[in-house]
Amino acid sequence: MADAQSIPVGSTTAGSIAVAAESTVATRMSAPPSFDVADFPVPHGREEEWRFTPLERLRGLHDGTAVATGDGVKVDVQAPEGVTVEAVGRDDARLGKAGTPVDRVAAQAYSAFEKAGVVSVPKETVLTEPIRIAVHGEGGVAYGHQIVELGAFAEAVVVIDHTGDAVLAANVDYLLGDGAKLTVVSVQDWDDKAVHVAQHNALVGRDATFKSIVVTFGGDVVRLHPRVQYAGTGGEAELYGLYFTDAGQHQEHRLLVDHNTPHCKSNVAYKGALQGDDAHAVWIGDVLIEAKAEGTDTYEMNRNLVLTDGARVDSVPNLEIETGEIVGAGHASATGRFDDEQLFYLMARGIPEHEARRLVVRGFFAELVQHIGVDDIEERLLAKIEEELEASVA
Amino acid sequence: MATLEIRDLHVTVEADNATKEILKGVDLTVKQGETHAIMGPNGSGKSTLAYSLAGHPKYTITGGTVTLDGEDVLEMSVDERARAGLFLAMQYPVEVPGVSVSNFLRTSATAIRGEAPKLRTWVKEVKEAMQRLNMDPSFAERNVNEGFSGGEKKRHEILQLELLKPKVAILDETDSGLDVDALRIVSEGVNRVRETGEVGTLLITHYTRILRYIKPDFVHVFADGRIAESGGAELADKLENEGYEAYTKGGVSA
Repeated sequence: MADAQSIPVGSTTAGSIAVAAESTVATRMSAPPSFDVADFPVPHGREEEWRFTPLERLRGLHDGTAVATGDGVKVDVQAPEGVTVEAVGRDDARLGKAGTPVDRVAAQAYSAFEKAGVVSVPKETVLTEPIRIAVHGEGGVAYGHQIVELGAFAEAVVVIDHTGDAVLAANVDYLLGDGAKLTVVSVQDWDDKAVHVAQHNALVGRDATFKSIVVTFGGDVVRLHPRVQYAGTGGEAELYGLYFTDAGQHQEHRLLVDHNTPHCKSNVAYKGALQGDDAHAVWIGDVLIEAKAEGTDTYEMNRNLVLTDGARVDSVPNLEIETGEIVGAGHASATGRFDDEQLFYLMARGIPEHEARRLVVRGFFAELVQHIGVDDIEERLLAKIEEELEASVA
Repeated sequence: MATLEIRDLHVTVEADNATKEILKGVDLTVKQGETHAIMGPNGSGKSTLAYSLAGHPKYTITGGTVTLDGEDVLEMSVDERARAGLFLAMQYPVEVPGVSVSNFLRTSATAIRGEAPKLRTWVKEVKEAMQRLNMDPSFAERNVNEGFSGGEKKRHEILQLELLKPKVAILDETDSGLDVDALRIVSEGVNRVRETGEVGTLLITHYTRILRYIKPDFVHVFADGRIAESGGAELADKLENEGYEAYTKGGVSA
């Protein structure tokens, strides 16, 4: 996609690089991180972290009125041999190790869940098949906590697949031992009415590699908060995301990579397509390079392709650097309308308009799709893109 | 025999909140097997003619007719024109990220031919066409026009010309930005298509250089939005020697 030549009316693409003594990433939140929901005031919508979110559509997740109904979601875990699958109580030592809730909904989820799911891969175990965690909404309200733990030098692919209808708030923790390699694909393929708010915390061990692919299609409101911290030097994090935001949908991805350790890498690339009235995509990309994080190498990118009028994008990359002793740091954000010149070129070769659009959108997502590395998810994703485009043509 | 007939074509564009007439009554007939060179100074409207014929949305037809074998081209959408047999080799081919050349060519050939070409013969057909244009096989796996050099872009356009076999090919400044080697390769490609006798060629160019490789049957001088003079190949020689000055006096050239 050509870089943004035209920014649709009603969209914002802001970016900043700040050199600060004190992190504004932390200070611009309305309350410090906490496991206790009582430590967060009920948001009113003007707070920095809530200003893009339609609170009235969160179905009470943010103000304590959403009570777990017991028929919220059904979780089914399929794991290859050698993987331990457990449900643990609130006293389990692994809980909260990867990160602390940073907003009221995450804290609400932490305060309200009953049993946490834990999937652990022993050290030096290399899985050849993915672990699949199916989260199916049964129409109720649920609070969840999931931990994925890899021992030192373990390697695994985990697919977390969200379908059905639910009002769900959750925290998902990824704990990577030294030299471990974890790829997580989180698919949000909800029904139209679902509301899903989640914080993902990754703690990347020394020389470990964490790859996250977030794929968001469905839901009324989806607000995800993928966060990365490093537990040792040499860690790498790749965060990829794809979203297809339809009429009326609100899809918000708020990322934070906290370079709190020297000589770590991160690469963030999110791409979204939007179509239809009141389709609203929000992307916040915070990268913090702390004073002690010498040798950091980071890049973050967000691209949006606006297919029709009436859609809105807010894209805010924010890179905060507290040390100059780094390898590299950069960010990019672009929001562009569907490129009529591309359409003309393809149509001038006899390709009908709807097929030309499909080619361009598939092309737009292609490089990210290739990162997924799970065949059935790639195929489903491409099929989903076709389906969305068919709907727009009809 | 396929015939493209352009009659009294008037075209405007919107620029700086004003409507500007670019084509001011163009008359031209291109028959299958013929090669017409359209030459003219910058801003005379040559490219507007090319893009208007292909149906680019930027241009508004305000008068006149264009028919291909009697069918009203102006009523057709961009893709319909291509499927009817019009081909425009663009001066500035567009990048399409994430779409490979091989996928693009096959999708296009399927649309133009009305059915998907049989895979085995198709692969061979593309491979041979690419060899003739001195294109490396790896080219097929690259994204359409992304990171192509000027010469690669033009070769890719001519590759499409060879594979899509149109009735009328419009070559918009295909020679611009090419060095002599690339010009020769591209011209040979055009000549192979011409030698089939099945294509009418409209060769739009600013320079006479390409006419040493592609011999036109007719040369038209374009000035101020219409054809100012028509003749045979000898007219190109006159332009080579005298330039466009005789046609741009009085400040008619934009």
